[in-house]
Amino acid sequence: MLDAFASALALIATVDAELAGIVGLSLRVSLSAVFFAGLLALPVGAAVALFHFPGRSAVIVLLNALMGLPPVVAGLMIYLLLSRVGPLGPLGLLFTPTAMVIVQSLLIFPIVAALTRQIISDLWEEYREQLTSLGAGRLRAIPTLLWDGRYSLVTALLAGFGRAVAEVGAVLIVGGNIAGVTRVMTTAIALETNKGNLTLALALGVILMTLTIIINGLAYGLGQFARRRIG
Amino acid sequence: MGAVVRTLPIRLEGVAFEHGATRLLGPLDLTFEGSQRTAVMGPNGAGKSLLLRLCHGLIAPTAGRVRCGVAGAPTDPRVRRRQAMVFQRPVMLRRSVKANVLYALNRRGIKGRDARSRADEALSMVGLQGLGSRPARVLSGGEQQRLALARAWVLQPEVMFLDEPTSALDPQAAQAVESTIQRFHERGTRIVLTTHSPGQARRLADEIVFMADGGVVERAEAEAFLTRPQSRQGQQFLAGEHTVSPAVHPRREDSHHE
Amino acid sequence: MSRYKLVRWAVVLGMALAVSLAHAQDRGFITIASTTSTENSGLFESIIPQFEDETGIEVRVVAVGTGQALRIGCNGDADAVLVHAPAAEQQFIDDGCGVDRREIMYNDFVVIGPGNDPAGVADADSATEAFGIIADAEAPFASRGDDSGTHKKELGIWSEAGVDPSGSWYRELGSGMGAALNTAAGMDAYIMADRGTWISFDNRQNLEILFEGDPILFNQYGSVLVNPEAHDVKHDLAMVWHDWLVSEQGQAAIGAYRLRGQQLFTPNAE
Repeated sequence: MLDAFASALALIATVDAELAGIVGLSLRVSLSAVFFAGLLALPVGAAVALFHFPGRSAVIVLLNALMGLPPVVAGLMIYLLLSRVGPLGPLGLLFTPTAMVIVQSLLIFPIVAALTRQIISDLWEEYREQLTSLGAGRLRAIPTLLWDGRYSLVTALLAGFGRAVAEVGAVLIVGGNIAGVTRVMTTAIALETNKGNLTLALALGVILMTLTIIINGLAYGLGQFARRRIG
Repeated sequence: MGAVVRTLPIRLEGVAFEHGATRLLGPLDLTFEGSQRTAVMGPNGAGKSLLLRLCHGLIAPTAGRVRCGVAGAPTDPRVRRRQAMVFQRPVMLRRSVKANVLYALNRRGIKGRDARSRADEALSMVGLQGLGSRPARVLSGGEQQRLALARAWVLQPEVMFLDEPTSALDPQAAQAVESTIQRFHERGTRIVLTTHSPGQARRLADEIVFMADGGVVERAEAEAFLTRPQSRQGQQFLAGEHTVSPAVHPRREDSHHE
Repeated sequence: MSRYKLVRWAVVLGMALAVSLAHAQDRGFITIASTTSTENSGLFESIIPQFEDETGIEVRVVAVGTGQALRIGCNGDADAVLVHAPAAEQQFIDDGCGVDRREIMYNDFVVIGPGNDPAGVADADSATEAFGIIADAEAPFASRGDDSGTHKKELGIWSEAGVDPSGSWYRELGSGMGAALNTAAGMDAYIMADRGTWISFDNRQNLEILFEGDPILFNQYGSVLVNPEAHDVKHDLAMVWHDWLVSEQGQAAIGAYRLRGQQLFTPNAE
């Protein structure tokens, strides 16, 4: 285990170009996925929280269940979608980072939407009468609630990010783990494990975990700072 | 924009509210008109908060109807625009003091410099000038309630409903709130508030609507009711025997009825 | 309003991310579906840069099991395949998925097992005999079990030995070569692996090579182009790659590759 930490430090110290590329791609893919998933999931989650439409209960159950969508299954689904013999074949997106963003967005969406629904639902309980009195009905209240719940929602986005950056099954299938093109931290770890280079694999794992901790720490710190300044 | 909509008088015609199998209020016929200040009083569970929420359109009656001004339901946006409500516990948005007031203005389509100057004026009105950029949530309870008042008043409402506005505050903060309410009245806003404090009613009301068991038991000039209540429940209430109305399940009056 | 500014910044950042990802894909490249053991041997890292320098065409390798590589080829998601399962390659062509198969090189498999060799494999005269010994002794044997070229080769040898491997001693793992070796090391089991993966495998524990050299263990690699009439693939660029592999430069590059000082692949194109 200690070897792994030592190797991890050595890897970082030598500023290996290939490693930098892998780390950079991991971040770009997962952050993009959080962005696109969040763009959709935040308003959808809020809408499900606020509006009572026929089939709402089913949607809530489905969202909660899809939080557990196995990444390999998601990967398979997107592969079938993007393969040349599939409906979106002509787009030529398979084995590209874009495909990886798509599949990770798919994985993140239910988490962010379900958590958003819960957060906004609780907020609406608190704000409903006052906002209604001020003339903000359900629809117009959505942006207000999303902004007011921003700290909790950031946590929801971080949960989504965590899921994305940690998964390997989906990006492996739709990305192909191509060196220099679609190789990310998790697929690199899988590859090195496969080759029997356990120490290197573990070192990469240490780097990945450290990155995740740093990002979470930054988000928390930013939140605390903002809270104090803007409230 | 069109002519200013008049939302007074507020008429309740055969209004009742049931929750499940329990009748919580009504049926009652009641009218609010004129410019006097009204205090709705009564023991817990009498239906005071319910009454205000029905008048403001936050709750729909299960029987009868509420009419504001010339045949307008309180849920009509034109009516609601002319009304405002302040709750027992102020609900502050997670933004600055001034932004909270601006929110109310923006909701009604008033933006830019016009909005900002009106917000400043409202904050001065309640004594919160200078706190504009402070996060609203770090204010004390009394300050938050005054902010809620500023936010409610900034659109020059015709009617302002206040649901036990000072019961969560210490005496000093309560006094500041009361003088603000008085100022609103002097500027022409019709005040309808609920309270269980006879002292507050004496200070802030011209007339008193006394409720018990979901119905209006007595309605009189404030001084008259407070010194010589005609009804048995009124006398009991003022004598300090605040009983929970037996017809109602014991529940907090500000819980949400749905 | 700081609120809107923040949201706007977030949107700009998101768009920038998306564009940065899209842009990176704008070069002349071909996609080759190959196997994990080939990738793990490090051959591609050695010969592809030489090809790219000579031709300016980027080569992207998707390394999966043989079965999946051929399926990717059949779906038109790759422009050519490079695998080591001649029978499957022929089937690939017969199914209309591929055209123009060329033999490129071969490496070999070795039989690996625990150092104390409980079944006595080292005394065998042929690979077939070695497998027979393992089956008779019911010694733990780790199989890749993943329909890969290695797996098919292994099944071929069992068949030659007249054995239908089953029972608790025969462990079908469904995993790549490195992972299978890890498992074999952990179980003190026998396993057939390609020499390349073995050479670079660091978690050997008690394992060592117990048998090698039998021609049946030779592993022929073939490059097959994906049928341009079946899919809109980059046939012309893939042909450049295909030609290069059998050319003097390509064959020399293959033969020159050393893994930890040992030659792995013997070029044998005609």
